[in-house]
Amino acid sequence: MTGVRLSLLTRERIFGVVLLVPCFLFVAVFAFYPILYSFYLSLHRIILGLPRLGEPFVGLTNYRDLLHDRIALHALGNTFAFVFISTFFEILLGLAIALVINRHFRGRGLVRAAILVPWAIPTVVSSQMWRFIFNDKYGLLNFLLYGSQTSSYVAWLADPAYAFTAIVAADVWKTSSFAGLLILAGLQVIPDELYDAARIDGASAWQQFLRITLPLIRPALLVALLFRTMDAFRVFDLVFVMTQGGPADSTNVLQFYGYKKIFAEGLMGYGSTISVLVFLVTFVVSLLYIRVVGRRFLQEMG
Amino acid sequence: MKRVITRLAFYTVTGVVVFMSLLPFLWFLDTSLKTELEITAIPPVLLPSGTLHFYRSAIERYDLLHFVRNSAIVAGATTVATILISSFAGYALARLRIRYKGLIMGALLLVSMFPQISIAGPVWRIMQSLGWLNSYQGLIIPYVTLTLPLGVWILTSFFNELPRELEKAARVDGCSHMQTLFRIMVPIAAPGVFTAAILVFIYAWNEFFFALLIMTQKRFQTLPVGIALFQGEYTLPWGEIAAASTVATVPLVLLVFLFQRRIVRGLSAGAVKG
Repeated sequence: MTGVRLSLLTRERIFGVVLLVPCFLFVAVFAFYPILYSFYLSLHRIILGLPRLGEPFVGLTNYRDLLHDRIALHALGNTFAFVFISTFFEILLGLAIALVINRHFRGRGLVRAAILVPWAIPTVVSSQMWRFIFNDKYGLLNFLLYGSQTSSYVAWLADPAYAFTAIVAADVWKTSSFAGLLILAGLQVIPDELYDAARIDGASAWQQFLRITLPLIRPALLVALLFRTMDAFRVFDLVFVMTQGGPADSTNVLQFYGYKKIFAEGLMGYGSTISVLVFLVTFVVSLLYIRVVGRRFLQEMG
Repeated sequence: MKRVITRLAFYTVTGVVVFMSLLPFLWFLDTSLKTELEITAIPPVLLPSGTLHFYRSAIERYDLLHFVRNSAIVAGATTVATILISSFAGYALARLRIRYKGLIMGALLLVSMFPQISIAGPVWRIMQSLGWLNSYQGLIIPYVTLTLPLGVWILTSFFNELPRELEKAARVDGCSHMQTLFRIMVPIAAPGVFTAAILVFIYAWNEFFFALLIMTQKRFQTLPVGIALFQGEYTLPWGEIAAASTVATVPLVLLVFLFQRRIVRGLSAGAVKG
């Protein structure tokens, strides 16, 4: 230790910044910059197939068009319906799953692994699986409902009401287990003594659930809820594989519509308004989330 | 008597949940081993003849192994890069006295929440101007970006749990920060590093949206894109789809059964899904 040296704290800070640089670069260049860039694109008319038209600035024209785009508004409605309905069932089923596996029994590890399978499967694969189960000619669902009476078989994915339900069902199947595991993490920190004390006081199982379990897993429930909400907003794979947004746009959702506008129709400018819209909607929800989880995390770090 | 009933209810519910979780996968596995006739039979055939016909066809006519290779390259490289970068960041956030930790963690969480569409157009344009559409790095870079929040959150929380004495001892013995990180911290945090690696790998192996945009040529497409775009001449080639899906899923099912405890811990430690 000789010569003029920076203080220990300063050196530690410099080292910390150096360690964070790679992470910062990726996130800044490929996540935050694109968000701003999307906004820039949405103010221009850019058509991928027609580069000669240039990329003129058109102000808020694209946003005005968006307000009059019936399919876009329909997709917005579908997205919200999808988010609310699927999240509701996922949390409910997730809670049930968590309550069931939160006890010691032989083979608990195997049960947990089995429950993780839907979460681990690629969404494209599970979409194909459900598409096959919903198949109108030899799908498993038709057989379970109507047996060998092929004349009664229903083309589930070709009917607007059924198709939307099918997408929700496939999503609920895929993600309830994930919600369940997040809730389970909350259940496992409740000390057994609380239940023992309640039993001695003569509380019924239902009372114990309402007065002890539910209040104590509220943070975990909230985390699971917000996670599922954010994830449901970006539903894409299911729609792409199972219905392509149809029939009659009944399963068209924002992320799929934006993809179609930008990449299938080449409307980079107009499509970007949808990108911005989706971002703003989820930004509000995620701020809420960060307030909840972020604070807890900071407390843990002391 | 009451205890018998509760136990019975418990086993029934557990059984149903397990059965429902596995059913679609098992049904596809079953389908992949059938013949063309057995697939379309009504009532459905439960026990397939066990032919590997569709696997052969998926490999010969649909280039299945090619998709597997691309997926392995992209997911493998993403995992290595993300884990390396997140180890740096996680160590800094868990152990060093730096400012704005909360802000950094919050910003990362925000990234993990982005719907892909909100950055899709720009990312595509960046990759196009770099000439990286239809290249491995063109997909690996967005994947690393999107899995970093997951990696950093998990590793930060694992590093946080390690005892500080070891590091102090290492520092007293004259180890530099870099040596402390790689000689002491990473080895003891190996379970955490491994957990994060599994989760990042699963994300990259399964991702579809960016793969669809960036890889427009079949030569570079990954398994999910291949499986989503399987087309027959007149009807959907369900046998080949089922075979390819099984190939895409089996590694994940193995990971889940081998490491379920770690995965659950990782998910609840980071409480972040990339």
